[in-house]
Amino acid sequence: MTMPSPLLRFDGVICRFGEVTAVGALGAGVTCDLAPGSFVALVGASGSGKSTLLKTVNTLVKPSEGRVLFAGEDVAGLKPAHLRRRVGYVFQGIGLFPHFSVAENIAIGPRLAGEKLAPQQIAELLALVELDPAYATRMPDELSGGQRQRVGVARALAGGPELLLMDEPFGALDPVTRDALGRKVRELHDALGLTTVMVTHDMAEALLLADRVLVMDKGQLVADETPRALLAGAGGVVAQRLVAVPRHQAERLAAMEAQG
Amino acid sequence: MQDIWDILPGLGDKLAAHVVLSASAIGLAMLIALPMAVWASRSAIVSRLALSLASLVQTIPALALLALFFPLLLSLRAVFGEGLPTLGFLPALMALTLYALLPILRNAVTAQANLDEGVLEAADGVGMTKWQKLVLVEAPLSAPFIMAGIRTASVWTIGAATLATTIGQPSLGDPIFAGLQTQNWALVLAGCVASAGLALAADNLLWVIEVGLAKRSRWMTFGGMAVVALGILAALWAQSTGSDERRIVIASKQFSEQYILAQLIGARLEAAGYAVEYRDGLGSAVVHSAVASSSIDISVDYTGTIWTNYLKRADNPGREAMYETIRDWEWRQNGVKVLGRLGFENAYAFAMRGDRAKELGVTSLTDLVGKAPQLTVGGDPEFFERPEWLAVRDAYGLRFGQSRNFAPTFMYNALASGEADVISAYTSDGRIAADKLVVLADPKGALPSYDALLMLSPRIAEDKGVIAALEPLLGAISVEAMREANLAVDREDAKKLTPKAAAAELGKSLRRPGLDPG
Repeated sequence: MTMPSPLLRFDGVICRFGEVTAVGALGAGVTCDLAPGSFVALVGASGSGKSTLLKTVNTLVKPSEGRVLFAGEDVAGLKPAHLRRRVGYVFQGIGLFPHFSVAENIAIGPRLAGEKLAPQQIAELLALVELDPAYATRMPDELSGGQRQRVGVARALAGGPELLLMDEPFGALDPVTRDALGRKVRELHDALGLTTVMVTHDMAEALLLADRVLVMDKGQLVADETPRALLAGAGGVVAQRLVAVPRHQAERLAAMEAQG
Repeated sequence: MQDIWDILPGLGDKLAAHVVLSASAIGLAMLIALPMAVWASRSAIVSRLALSLASLVQTIPALALLALFFPLLLSLRAVFGEGLPTLGFLPALMALTLYALLPILRNAVTAQANLDEGVLEAADGVGMTKWQKLVLVEAPLSAPFIMAGIRTASVWTIGAATLATTIGQPSLGDPIFAGLQTQNWALVLAGCVASAGLALAADNLLWVIEVGLAKRSRWMTFGGMAVVALGILAALWAQSTGSDERRIVIASKQFSEQYILAQLIGARLEAAGYAVEYRDGLGSAVVHSAVASSSIDISVDYTGTIWTNYLKRADNPGREAMYETIRDWEWRQNGVKVLGRLGFENAYAFAMRGDRAKELGVTSLTDLVGKAPQLTVGGDPEFFERPEWLAVRDAYGLRFGQSRNFAPTFMYNALASGEADVISAYTSDGRIAADKLVVLADPKGALPSYDALLMLSPRIAEDKGVIAALEPLLGAISVEAMREANLAVDREDAKKLTPKAAAAELGKSLRRPGLDPG
């Protein structure tokens, strides 16, 4: 069996900000391949370097050492504007442009590339994230937090990206919305044949949505397992400490139910 | 007393000049401040530097800032040639632009610093170039705050533009300064009402644009902009319909006598078919250089002033020698033609109440020496620092019991009420006659003469028509006639005249011409 050639490759990536090394360590950068079509969760505690590593992909952060290859090309050699049109980006801050309508927000990527999205295409994108087409003409400040992030996802998908990067995408949402939107994103990932990298500090979310979980600790990759393997006890101490949290919560809830 | 409602309709050309000047200054300030704000948002050092510089400018009083551009531009003539204007629109524009920078810059920098981090990250995330990010995101989101800064700048600039009068740029300050000097309060009020009205109108229009930008209402934004543009265009049109031919520009410094003489000269030139223009209320220091540079064509200056301030002489060779020396010097040094003397002096002199002088038996400074230790002398705020006072004090050995400073207007009141026994008066002042004062003789000739001179700029120095029109004024104005005209303008009662009316009266009482040999 031959592995498909990776869509994304981290090759000895080290990111330093002054004295602080956020990703990698002395002489040992992060190296890892991501296959096309995979849904990879990047999990770790706050400050473990997971967001920084994610941002090296669309060059919002430039690595101090090492390189990131996207479809075989070093991202440092690509024009940022071109690269970011091929890479959808959803993040906790959402960042809808407050002076653009929903439709204008969704259409911004293609617009920058010189294309115009037809109202029909906007309606389809809104439908993908389960929003009524009537929302197209609304302004962002008329939407709820969950609706805004749905628009954020639609915006990330509008350019027909090969890769979807998500940085704590549901961090600011209430649990119900968060659950629903998580499932929706996984559904879209499968339906559209995307490659997705999602940064989260919530191991339960990672286990339920991803088919591969990377665990980071102090800038280093400390585990690279499937959700099943993690639940079976693989991945080492740090990974298991993170897995233990939702497991204990589930056990306590089950015990409560048993007591009736 | 004129009524303010009679004056306001006549201020149209001043209003147009005021609008054009203010709008140009704000436009230029925007052209400088906005790119600077973008640069500042990319560099903390530039931000700090630009804001400190703009704040520093604000600490300079607007009047001083305007005046400072005159010597600056004068020295820049070495680089740009003699054609560089040193008075009027250019220096006013530069000073007001500097003044308008701070509010625009500060608001623009603050607006950029307060942009939502998430929105900026999204702009990068969707693949905007730096330029696209600026145009599509940063500029529209900052626009309402920047507009608020432009509003503040506009109100300041329209207010400060009234001071442009002092450097020879017509503005709504003209009636204010003229009115202040001649105590014509209706004129002052008319200027203030007009400039305050303009500032309010601009503030409200720009507010409409600001709200339009914040609420993303194209109707309000473009409607407001259209009205602003219309106003500026109307002002430009009003200015351009004025005649293009170069008029003869007559200066006056900031006191009544100067306003009256400017009107007298102007009336004679108009009668001779010339188009004239008045630059009233100029700072005393700029008038002399302005005539030398032909920014101004005609001024009335005084021998003593030129002697000490420009020839830098402290000696006193006597009235005739002083006049001859100045006439030669002006012609050789500046190309300025001293056409001649008007016939009266506006010198420093010591004056006493008539009854008090009689009681003490004083008619000259010599008589005063023995009595001085029991007397109080009053002077204007600068008098006791001036060379004239030092010369008199040392020549006669005068030692007064007490010396006090008064504003010129109050000096005469102090004399009337007995708070001062002797004051430093000006010989052509109307109040000398009105208050029946005695001017003490100066037998030692310690006080320099202040003959009023008619000065012609190099541009019209050889203009035979101008010379023919003005020659009848030489030697024709007696000090008594000048005092009477000054009093008519300075007085507060029903007999008060405008400078123009007083000039007309003065014109009727001219002495037979040709007495002055110059």
